[in-house]
Amino acid sequence: MKAATLAALAHARAARLPVALVTRLRDGAQTLYQRNGQHGDLLLEGAVLAEIEERCAQDRSGRLEADAGLFVRWYAPQRRLIIVGAVHIAQTLAPAAVMAGFEVDIVDPRTAFATRERFPDTPLLHEWPDLALARLKPDAHTAVVALSHDPKLDDPALVAALASEAFYVGALGSRRTHAARLERFAARGVTSTERLRAPVGLDLGGRSAGEIAIAIVAEIIQVRYRPGQGKLRG
Amino acid sequence: MTRKIESEIDEILAQIQRWRQERHRVALATIVHAWGSSPRPAGSHLAVADTGSFVGSVSGGCVEGAVVEAALKVIEDGKPRELEFGVSDEQAWSVGLACGGRISVYVEPVE
Repeated sequence: MKAATLAALAHARAARLPVALVTRLRDGAQTLYQRNGQHGDLLLEGAVLAEIEERCAQDRSGRLEADAGLFVRWYAPQRRLIIVGAVHIAQTLAPAAVMAGFEVDIVDPRTAFATRERFPDTPLLHEWPDLALARLKPDAHTAVVALSHDPKLDDPALVAALASEAFYVGALGSRRTHAARLERFAARGVTSTERLRAPVGLDLGGRSAGEIAIAIVAEIIQVRYRPGQGKLRG
Repeated sequence: MTRKIESEIDEILAQIQRWRQERHRVALATIVHAWGSSPRPAGSHLAVADTGSFVGSVSGGCVEGAVVEAALKVIEDGKPRELEFGVSDEQAWSVGLACGGRISVYVEPVE
């Protein structure tokens, strides 16, 4: 690997851009591939390029089927989780998500909830969710979960998240709460509500805050790696 | 605002850059193919400095020693190499994967 390639790789990661390094194993020739172009010794095109793109979506590195002499290493940006509502479940969801490799932000304008005592290790944004999400700009590597139970906080967050590229959008609340939410969204003409995961989390049967947090993280992982898989529900 | 939790790959890239700033020569090992129940997926990295220090991992610890040895040779002659590790070979007890998997590791110099 050339020093310039290493520098370009570090730069892409700092900018949260997905980047692939393609290596020809017989001689070490390399090309760095990004959506906006490619730089290096190899010209990637046709079936090779199509497979590289396809592997990006699944974050899957390996030898190419289209050309076994080429190896692609995808470097996906670090996954992020934005939690709306500094509630009890957020206190266990934040560390559980960090353990699964996520960067976590908690959004809640209510300073009585979002306190350092309750969240010693997580960045707290005392902002209205729609403003916070406009600034954080959820991308295809970001999950958004609304936990506040308060439509004044959850609704604007979910509307913004559903309109974004976020790969996962979930909301806490019973089926009845969710039905009422969908009625409010329909009245406002909100689209893409079919991709809203509610009640949030896999149905593992757990009840404690920690158990619910793990069910939520588990569902986020499932949506990331097996987006087509149906919801696991009892 | 978001707290920076260094992911494994960022840690490895940062360490390579620190080594290079200290004028150390560095090689990068990458799993290019994994068969069966190998513990780390394709793309896993192990970076090695000319001092023998290393960060990252390509197995549960069973073949790191052999990869570091190969990396030092790559640093010496500047030529990339591809190594294969499995349990089926004669050296299984010294540099094999106890899990029964098989991995192919590409080792290249960082120039």
